[in-house]
Amino acid sequence: MNDTLAGWLQVLALVVALGLSHRPLGDCMARVLTTDRHWRAERLIYRAGGVNGDADQRWSVYLRSILAFSAVSVLFLYAFLRLQNHLLLSLGMKPVTADQSFNTAASFVTNTNWQSYSGESTMGHLVQMAGLAVQNFVSAAVGIAVVAALIRGFSRKITDRVGNFWVDLTRIVLRVLLPLAFVFAIVLVAAGTVQNFHGIHDITTIAGGHQGVTGGPVASQESIKELGTNGGGFYNANSAHPFENPNAFTNLIEIYLLLVIAFSLPRTFGTMVGDNRQGYAIVAVMALIWGASVAIVTANELHSVSSTAGHAAGGMMEGKETRFGIWASALFAVSTTVTSCGAVNSFHDSYTPGGGGMTIFNMMLGEIAPGGTGSGLYGILILAIVAVFVAGLMVGRTPEYLGKKLRGREMKFASLYILTTPALALVGAGLAMAFPGERAAMLNSGPHGFSEVLYAFASAANNNGSAFAGLSANTVWYNTTLGVVMLVGRFLPMVFVLALAGSLAGQQPVPVTAGTLPTHRPQFVGLLTGVILIVVGLTYFPALALGPLAEGLH
Amino acid sequence: MRTHLPPVLQHHLTALRMLLAFTVITGIAYPLLVTGIAQAGFSHQANGSLLTTNGTPVASGLIGQNFALPKKNPNDAKEPLRPDPKWFQPRPSAGGYDPTISGASNLGPNNTDLIKTVRDRRAAVAAFDGVPPVSVPADAVTASGSGLDPAISPAYAYEQVARVAKARRLDPAEVKRLVAHHVQGRVLGFLGQERVNVVELNHGLARLM
Repeated sequence: MNDTLAGWLQVLALVVALGLSHRPLGDCMARVLTTDRHWRAERLIYRAGGVNGDADQRWSVYLRSILAFSAVSVLFLYAFLRLQNHLLLSLGMKPVTADQSFNTAASFVTNTNWQSYSGESTMGHLVQMAGLAVQNFVSAAVGIAVVAALIRGFSRKITDRVGNFWVDLTRIVLRVLLPLAFVFAIVLVAAGTVQNFHGIHDITTIAGGHQGVTGGPVASQESIKELGTNGGGFYNANSAHPFENPNAFTNLIEIYLLLVIAFSLPRTFGTMVGDNRQGYAIVAVMALIWGASVAIVTANELHSVSSTAGHAAGGMMEGKETRFGIWASALFAVSTTVTSCGAVNSFHDSYTPGGGGMTIFNMMLGEIAPGGTGSGLYGILILAIVAVFVAGLMVGRTPEYLGKKLRGREMKFASLYILTTPALALVGAGLAMAFPGERAAMLNSGPHGFSEVLYAFASAANNNGSAFAGLSANTVWYNTTLGVVMLVGRFLPMVFVLALAGSLAGQQPVPVTAGTLPTHRPQFVGLLTGVILIVVGLTYFPALALGPLAEGLH
Repeated sequence: MRTHLPPVLQHHLTALRMLLAFTVITGIAYPLLVTGIAQAGFSHQANGSLLTTNGTPVASGLIGQNFALPKKNPNDAKEPLRPDPKWFQPRPSAGGYDPTISGASNLGPNNTDLIKTVRDRRAAVAAFDGVPPVSVPADAVTASGSGLDPAISPAYAYEQVARVAKARRLDPAEVKRLVAHHVQGRVLGFLGQERVNVVELNHGLARLM
């Protein structure tokens, strides 16, 4: 079988697997988020937490619960990292420095998993599994909880209640994430991913040298790292590391896991608002952008477009693994940057200007196609609101989406949402470029060096977590700045989404008339795609022109 | 007692208790359960797919190794490694196949150092294997993503047959058969790439002697 056919079959297999999961998983999550019945295990957790599982919250209380949970999580994780040398299974690792601990705590709590550390030389096993991996579960669940509240804003009427955060959090972890993570952890182990508590043990190699082979509870962390679109690797090389991702089969499983929840949530949305066609329209936009991005990155990498090093080598294999090759690497690179995952099975810094530039653009889209767990859907719903508003302006009607009027108040929240991440990414990158010390952190020079800095701030602001890893980001300045950018980029948009949810839930729905814009037809799919590309394109074009475009045209 | 706390504190106390509950479930119970099942059912994979010689582990079948000549001065970390002609050579590695520093070179697609390195490697590999520079495949001149890539392309493996056979005074046809035996197809026929695991190949080569 030739490369091209095998490559297409690989993409096709992934699409079929995601398509088959869309309805059952989407419907399952809708049931989880709407049922009245608690499991006994959940009641035990509510009792442990002192929570009343039957009381719904106003949007402001829902928000306050999220912020309290996240603040406590940051402090807990920070303390864990600072004190790891006193704990079990520390492998003799030193306490993590103050700035790196702050950065890492912010990173994992915000579902970003930006890593300024190298796992195998910084983290003991306990802090990985009971500190970092716990956030992989709960930060993913927080994202889904927020979108659940937004969907309730559409589906409920004349109420000030948007759900109970503690109930949503507990159910998503117990009924969705934990069972899936468990099953796929076992699948990964069976296929070769390691799962043990060994430290580094020295072996005499075949040729008579010495090599320190690492260990760790990797598979259990790997499955939730992908499923929760977290992306923080157990090891520095992330999913390029053979112990995390030993072969092309585990590779496809990992890509599937990092996409499956985000691609199924539109079904949850459709089911909860009582019109599945609405969900199909959203998932169509997501799939369209994902597919186009796969085509662009793959084509650039296959043909070494605008890469002198690639032509000299006879192929873009720098930073890529032999067992995956170009197709499986490009597929992973796109999937991890259009979701907020940020795991990598190849190193984007060495991609062609077009391929690497596309991964930056994917993040700049705001992680919406399909985006992170939960955050992808609320991101694209905000853009859907903007699209409906734009259409309303064209015909001079008060716009409405799913029966809810989009008035000044709703549009203000939507606009603030859209402004937040670009402001953080661009101001952050601009500041870094203004300081000589921070510029010196670039590994590569010229436009590609600027791309490294732009990538870092786009990644942090959009909570992706992948990197053009040449940038030496483990400095006090980068750790602190990127940590703050991740926190603001995660929680400020959530404030606007939940405020919007509260505002929508309080409305009485207006009846559908002949003048209502249908939001389930191909016309709307086209409109929404256009709005996304224009909004993002206009915002980021100057920055992209200085980085990947300048390098590509050079 | 809790009713006497101000609401803000009570909110955060609830949050802390919930976090601790999830830490026990997802941070302790879950990984322990997975480890238990993994060690009971798939202990070979769970422990790193180790290859042994006379019962002693000599490699993980998943992690690449150096196959270099002994250093002139073993304590000199800076002394460059020289490939040993008796072994099949792996890809270049950014971290010298040290699993405690996994990672890539991260050099950009038009980085002048990378372009020069690639050209130098092409000339060196061609001279070492006695083939024309133009026929050296891409994986032989580029560093992998993990720095631990155990695999090379079948083309690069076959390129090395004559040199290995000569250095070991073996019949080239026999060495070629060994390589052919170690060519792994795509997983399920269509996933990933055809490849040769250099660690397993050299392990097989050692047993051949």
